[in-house]
Amino acid sequence: MSFLLEPLSYAFMQRGMIAALLVGIVCAVVGTYVVLRGMAFFGDALAHTILPGIALGYLISGGERDVLFWWALGTAVAASLGIGAISRNSQIKEDTSIGVVFAGMFALGIALISTVRDYAVDLSHFLFGDILTVTPHSLWLIAIFGGIVLLAVFAFYKEFTTISFDPILAATLRLPVGLLNNLFLILVAVTVAVSLQTVGVALMVAMLVTPAATAYLLTQRLSRMMLLAAVFASLSGIIGLYLSFHLNIASGAAIVLTATVFFLAAFIWKRTRNT
Amino acid sequence: MYPTANHKNDQPILNVSHLTFRYNGRDALENITFQLHEGERIAIVGPNGAGKSTLIKVIAGVLQPTSGEVNIYGTRPDRHVCIGYIPQRNQVDWHFPLSVADVVMMGRSAKLGPFNFPRKRDWEVVHHALETVELTNLAERQIGQLSGGQQQRMFIARALAQEAALMLMDEPLTGLDAPSQEGILNLLDRLKSEKATVMVATHDLDQAATHFDRIMLLNHRLVAFGNPADVLHTDNLLNAFGGRLKPVDGQSVLNIDDCCDDGERP
Repeated sequence: MSFLLEPLSYAFMQRGMIAALLVGIVCAVVGTYVVLRGMAFFGDALAHTILPGIALGYLISGGERDVLFWWALGTAVAASLGIGAISRNSQIKEDTSIGVVFAGMFALGIALISTVRDYAVDLSHFLFGDILTVTPHSLWLIAIFGGIVLLAVFAFYKEFTTISFDPILAATLRLPVGLLNNLFLILVAVTVAVSLQTVGVALMVAMLVTPAATAYLLTQRLSRMMLLAAVFASLSGIIGLYLSFHLNIASGAAIVLTATVFFLAAFIWKRTRNT
Repeated sequence: MYPTANHKNDQPILNVSHLTFRYNGRDALENITFQLHEGERIAIVGPNGAGKSTLIKVIAGVLQPTSGEVNIYGTRPDRHVCIGYIPQRNQVDWHFPLSVADVVMMGRSAKLGPFNFPRKRDWEVVHHALETVELTNLAERQIGQLSGGQQQRMFIARALAQEAALMLMDEPLTGLDAPSQEGILNLLDRLKSEKATVMVATHDLDQAATHFDRIMLLNHRLVAFGNPADVLHTDNLLNAFGGRLKPVDGQSVLNIDDCCDDGERP
């Protein structure tokens, strides 16, 4: 029992748990569309592309953590619309141009941070997250912006589903397809900003796709897929934090590894059932 | 509400005049002019790459013509929600986690408008559409579990739920076995009573001749358009299909060497 209760006696663990739950649910719901639309690479690229923005905020604010959320949010929204425009208008193949941009921006971020002495520790926070340093203030930001994302998905559920499944139908129904696509890109961007402290930019894509992919293996209904993905993501967050606490491993990595174990279990279960 | 255009009832349901669509520097569609009347059923026939899909998408208002005009009841198509587009089956992600009823309900999205969820009346429309295409007992199935013919009927149900006045179908019979093809054609016959105007792209001349009011022969330009008996002449067919045509026993009915995919020539 103390195995479960002891970590909860620390305020930073309580905040971490709440953050992991919130982030897990938001990532799972948005991630469901990311998986169905085949946008995993976009999500990965977007997360990496915001590093220079965070780095700039970090240099300007002198290491103040709470303002970094706003830098991350601003960069993420700009980067998602930018990458969206690139992939629509690209002369070369879409994934190639996204790859060029994201690696370049990522390098710029590292270059900026490396101008600070002893930068390695701070850099690793941005890359891999540090959910145990979530302050009450940033917990509020996560709750508010995560809530906005969930509300938006709920409000535009049928529109997002239609443009994801059948863009031509959406066009003949005269839905504002371009606007909805951009709105979706912005939601992914907000999700990335909200999740930054939990898993960092390098593991972000796992939060977006792994729980949703696990759910995809287990159900054939969209609403159930979102629900299941949220359950897997929340469980991964909580189990991951316990593992992190007791085994003394990095929290972001522990969460992602737990999510991956769920995925593998679902994958093997599905395989054995089909044969 | 999403934008919708008013119908001018003194105008034909579809009026295409001098339509040209350029793509990658060449004319995919060249100076096409024709009209459809309410309740008509039209087959668009032509070899692969003749521009059938492009024509359908321009009429649907998904692609914009390079020059010329398309009018639905007197106004441009891109504000009409009365056009039901039925995609080729191979362009659909059949693993998408949706039920048959979910997909049919999508046809109601425009009628519902933003922020609204389906109401009782919308479900009634969906159930009625599923009944019409005889898929009621499969309503809760995931879409990938349907046969090809059932998948096609599901899309017809979606167009019905949309209350489409003009149904555009891109190769609905391709890849279906003979009974499924018959099922679709019979369904189209039954839809006649619903006053839906139907435009079907196909490369089966035989079915075009027996099940449709008028046939359009298309090969980038309009080769011929009229009653099957008037259209299906050797000259027209040679114009539309080029060297891919061979006469059978010297009769007036001709067989298309139906292999336009692999570029095989007789």
